[in-house]
Amino acid sequence: MKRLSWFNATSLTLGLAFLYLPMVILVIYSFNAGKLVTVWAGFSTKWYGSLFQNEAFMNAAWVTLKVGFISSCLATILGTMAAIVIVRAGRFPGRTLFSGMIYAPLVMPEVITGLSLLLLFIAIGMDRGVLTIILAHTTFSMCYVSVVVSSRLVAFDESLEEAALDLGCTPFDAFKSVTLPIIAPAVISGWLLAFTLSLDDLVIASFTSGPSSTTLPIKIFSAVRLGVSPEINALSTIMIGIVAFGVITVSLTSKRAITRAKREEQKAFADA
Amino acid sequence: MTESASTGTDFEPWNDPKAVPLIQFKNVTKRFGDFTAIDNLTLDIYAREFYALLGPSGCGKTTIMRMLAGFETATEGTISLSGQDMAPVPPNKRAINMMFQSYALFPHLNVWDNIAFGLKRSSMAKDQIAARVEEMLRLTQLEKFARRKPHQISGGQRQRVALARSLAKAPKLLLLDEPLGALDKKLRQETQFELVDIQEKTGTTFVIVTHDQEEAMTVASRVAVMDHGKVVQVDTPANIYEAPNSVYVADFIGDINIIEGYATPISDTMVSVDFAEGQPKIHTSCPTGLTAPQRISFAIRPEKLLISTEKPTESANILSGKVVDIAYLGNISTYHVKLASGQMIKAQSANTRRIRRRAITWEDDVWISFTDTAGMVLTT
Repeated sequence: MKRLSWFNATSLTLGLAFLYLPMVILVIYSFNAGKLVTVWAGFSTKWYGSLFQNEAFMNAAWVTLKVGFISSCLATILGTMAAIVIVRAGRFPGRTLFSGMIYAPLVMPEVITGLSLLLLFIAIGMDRGVLTIILAHTTFSMCYVSVVVSSRLVAFDESLEEAALDLGCTPFDAFKSVTLPIIAPAVISGWLLAFTLSLDDLVIASFTSGPSSTTLPIKIFSAVRLGVSPEINALSTIMIGIVAFGVITVSLTSKRAITRAKREEQKAFADA
Repeated sequence: MTESASTGTDFEPWNDPKAVPLIQFKNVTKRFGDFTAIDNLTLDIYAREFYALLGPSGCGKTTIMRMLAGFETATEGTISLSGQDMAPVPPNKRAINMMFQSYALFPHLNVWDNIAFGLKRSSMAKDQIAARVEEMLRLTQLEKFARRKPHQISGGQRQRVALARSLAKAPKLLLLDEPLGALDKKLRQETQFELVDIQEKTGTTFVIVTHDQEEAMTVASRVAVMDHGKVVQVDTPANIYEAPNSVYVADFIGDINIIEGYATPISDTMVSVDFAEGQPKIHTSCPTGLTAPQRISFAIRPEKLLISTEKPTESANILSGKVVDIAYLGNISTYHVKLASGQMIKAQSANTRRIRRRAITWEDDVWISFTDTAGMVLTT
């Protein structure tokens, strides 16, 4: 290992502090015994206990998970289908327009997406609730899925699918038993991305939610406006923990898969 | 090259007027937009043949293969298999399998499952599938690797998995798209003989696409030489080499000297070729005969020329020149000889003895001689 020069060490510390100091403070004060979020009054886990007693937060968490799960599944299906058309269908009239329109929501201000969805739901007389949030989240997260999946599909060797057809598969069977298993990692990361986007969305959800359907970000935001309570710190700490666990697991498994593949390949050449 | 060209037996269904072709292309044209990939093609392929489509890249040979597999449809004309028009039959319903250039092995399945993939999509019973897969593994000597994934085996083994997978369903016709392109030279030569062996064992009709003329000569019963969407000549490897029908084929297959000249008939089957001022005329046979004097190309293979330092006493044609370059290839040497008239001629001789010193070296004055049947008169 090379030792870091003092300059690099300082930059690293400053950068990390800039990124993580706010979160560290948040996590520390979630274990604060006192009610004030700025004064340390000893270690305690009582806010975690009271958080699980708080029905409003628990309901919001449940709504968020439900919305996140369903909308990311829908977004994955639609996004994958869109990616296949863009990558595979070759040239057809309006292809450029179509692919541009798929990617436009990536750069569209969320306020505009939220507002237009709200206007649409009002126009068609749809009561705002869990369903409208699901639809809204599907709309904006499917383009992320299609970006992720299409980047994998571009690298996909189409002769694999032709080989499946050649060996007796119907086109759907070929997709199901060859293409899908091979692009599965991209589809899964697309799903995870959609799920994460849905979990932390505040703007679009506040446009499209109804009185009975508050998501966690909305709940936290409105609670904070009435004053920060240590319960929110506890809730945020749990969310940070879940996200960190997910990210670390994914990166560790993929790293292990790569080293294993490399080892096996070397073994194959040694055997040959 | 010519030795390996013979198939050993008298398997020549194309010379049998009663034989019915397995595959028939009738006036097939394929266009991609403005580009004509296949131009009014008509050809017959017989059962049990090892048929090679040979040509430079972009000549349309892969398009023919993809039309046979069903991935492309002909713009005009009909393609039939055993007399049945194939146009309405989708790829998954054809009794044709293909071995892809990239092998297209399914990376998420092991060798066993790759080979079983097509069988599982047929109505075959489970135990029969297992038996068939084992049989294929034996045929391609892959028993040890059945449980490995494609990335866990070597290139040569992958090639055999691809072959086993495409043969597993016992297709009427097997298409091989540059099957050995990814292998190194030594492995490629071994595999060529394996391919021929497997083709004879299974009795399947093989159509191979290749740009490697040696590969086509080694494996094929007949070779179709292609150029710009047209088949220029279809014949046995020996005939393609020894009796090409055009300068294009002569030049594409092997090494050859082409001398442009003006031919005058001297008898029904003999002509004399005037190719340069001050040079003796070339006396050569021309089995088809010429009716009138005309411009032709005289083609002669380097190994049919005799090179010597002494003037030969008896030979139909004797030319003199100077050695400009020597390419020593170990088994043979190629001498580049410049004639007095400026033409360059390549002459080859086999190095049958381990000599310390070359008898002929640079700047030597040499004589080149050849018989009157060694060369060919090509009018196109």
